[in-house]
Amino acid sequence: MEKIKTFSANTVNLPNEDIDTDQIIPARFLTRQTTDGIGECLFADWRFDKSGKPNEDFILNQPESTDAGILVAGHNFGCGSSREHAAWSLVDYGFRAVVSTSFADIFQNNALKNGLLTIVVDSDTHKWLMEHPATELIVDLENTEIILENSKAISFPIDSFARYCLLHGVDQLGYILKHDPEITAYENQQ
Amino acid sequence: MQISPKTLFDKIWERHVVVPETEEAPAVLYIDLHLIHEVTTPQAFTLLREKDLRVRAPEKVLATMDHSTPTVPIGSLKDLEIVSEQGPAQQIRDMIQNCKDFDIELYGFESKRRGIVHVIGPELGITQPGKTIVCGDSHTSTHGAFGAFAFGIGTTEVAHVLATQCLLQRKPSTLAVNLNGNLNKGVSAKDIILKIIGHIGVDGGTGHVIEYRGNTVANLTMEQRMTICNMSIEAGARAGLFAPDNTTFDYLHGRPMSPKGEDWNCALETWKELQTDAAASFDKEVDIDVSALTPMITYGTNPGMVMPIESTIPDHKGNQSFKKALEYMQFEPGKPLLNHPIDVVFIGSCTNSRLSDLRDAAKILKGRKVAKDLRVLIVPGSQSVKSEAEAEGLDRIFIESGAEWRESGCSMCLGMNGDIVGSGKLAVSTSNRNFEGRQGSGSRTILASPKTAAASAINGSVQDPRQFEI
Repeated sequence: MEKIKTFSANTVNLPNEDIDTDQIIPARFLTRQTTDGIGECLFADWRFDKSGKPNEDFILNQPESTDAGILVAGHNFGCGSSREHAAWSLVDYGFRAVVSTSFADIFQNNALKNGLLTIVVDSDTHKWLMEHPATELIVDLENTEIILENSKAISFPIDSFARYCLLHGVDQLGYILKHDPEITAYENQQ
Repeated sequence: MQISPKTLFDKIWERHVVVPETEEAPAVLYIDLHLIHEVTTPQAFTLLREKDLRVRAPEKVLATMDHSTPTVPIGSLKDLEIVSEQGPAQQIRDMIQNCKDFDIELYGFESKRRGIVHVIGPELGITQPGKTIVCGDSHTSTHGAFGAFAFGIGTTEVAHVLATQCLLQRKPSTLAVNLNGNLNKGVSAKDIILKIIGHIGVDGGTGHVIEYRGNTVANLTMEQRMTICNMSIEAGARAGLFAPDNTTFDYLHGRPMSPKGEDWNCALETWKELQTDAAASFDKEVDIDVSALTPMITYGTNPGMVMPIESTIPDHKGNQSFKKALEYMQFEPGKPLLNHPIDVVFIGSCTNSRLSDLRDAAKILKGRKVAKDLRVLIVPGSQSVKSEAEAEGLDRIFIESGAEWRESGCSMCLGMNGDIVGSGKLAVSTSNRNFEGRQGSGSRTILASPKTAAASAINGSVQDPRQFEI
């Protein structure tokens, strides 16, 4: 797992609320056996028309979005199915963080396990970001804050264990495996 | 020392903590039952192979094929090549190989036990009170109907459970949904859960485990409880729970994987302890008057956009997401949906494909014909449900009415197995999600109960089932 400390990237705004994982990646793409190149399926039904041509009206197809690395989305992002393909497709496309006023539980879990930061901000900050599209944000995971283009720093909450794992590149499976003696003891008690 | 009062959820949680939660780290939580299917496991098995890990407890894994598996009859892998596209066919072949390589028993094409993972767990009796149950599928919440803590996980976590039989978890908060009053004629469990989602919102349960309580609960069957728990995730909840009672025990008694003999008596004693203590409190509480309910239908692109069938579509002026949803659905605020023409009716999915759901639909469809030019697809939740329905002659009622009757599977619920609604077409579906394109690219979905779906099938338009209730 790659370590994450601080990075900066430009934002792209998708103001819709309740963006579900079927929008992030429609079910017909879940038959893939690997995660390679899965970014091409991201927001497929919004990004492309029926013939597969890019939909010019969609924000990700517009010139100012080409180098975006942070998605700023409406409330309750990632609701719906548990498909980790949603997090994989965002990461493979080039996103390193999603900013919203709230995230669905399973999506947030999946995202953090794939080095995709889920940054919860208050509604005023969210409004500012929506009013300032394609702005550069600095994400400082060490100090758990984002720094806006006007130098204003805003702290964000993140689970302390998820933060530790991301900062140090800790493999969570390896962490559980280290508890093998306790797991065996538990099983023997049953 | 006085023991502090506990909720049902507290009790299940405490019994599964292998390593306690701290500020720095989540708990290591033991998982009793891991359900797997073909779609959310391939990358997990790849990870196991890369790390040279084995499956820790193959006997605690229940494997089936449902999501990308076609619902037309498949006798062999050769048949699969004919009916499936390359992607799904490969996924099914890999599932068979992965289960073989890791010593997991798979209920495949030849098995009478195959079906939708959330239908077969309960009907086999392996879903039991007090268990922790996970699956790479959000509708794992279904199993909470038995008083099990059951929740959906991602594929990375599927690998964690395969390798360690454990998960890293922070303890969620609790939400009591108090259901009071009795259901009126023509009103179903589906209407209760749609009402709840509409009331608390699609994020109303985020970070919470719901316990459904109140005086309605005692009169709900296990299949009704499963429908309610199934859609707890549509309110964002981590899981849904019903405390086990005699209805639960009667359902489980004698099932193939239920405890037998003396083991049954021991299990029963433990299960009876799984109640919320009288003095225990919840982080949040919500009250719903079930006796005031009428059939519910959705009008938008998430399950929280729901209304009584006789209502008109509301208006949320200035809300762009709301406006976009109605534009997608091609509906207008202020208009009713009753009598609105439809193209497809789908009766099935892990929400509503059990025997009682099929009986509800058959009662209305018996001796009647579905509307001309309407496509009606009825898909049983498991091969076992299929044979029980056929033994009662329900298949004949459906076929004679003009509906299609299929093999079990997720089918049209999620448009990845060949069964789709079609772009621009409008469906009344008994499934769980009305997201844009959920039932296939461009599909439009109205969620409803099997009764409402069957009533709508006859007229080819949205219909109130109460007109057919005797």
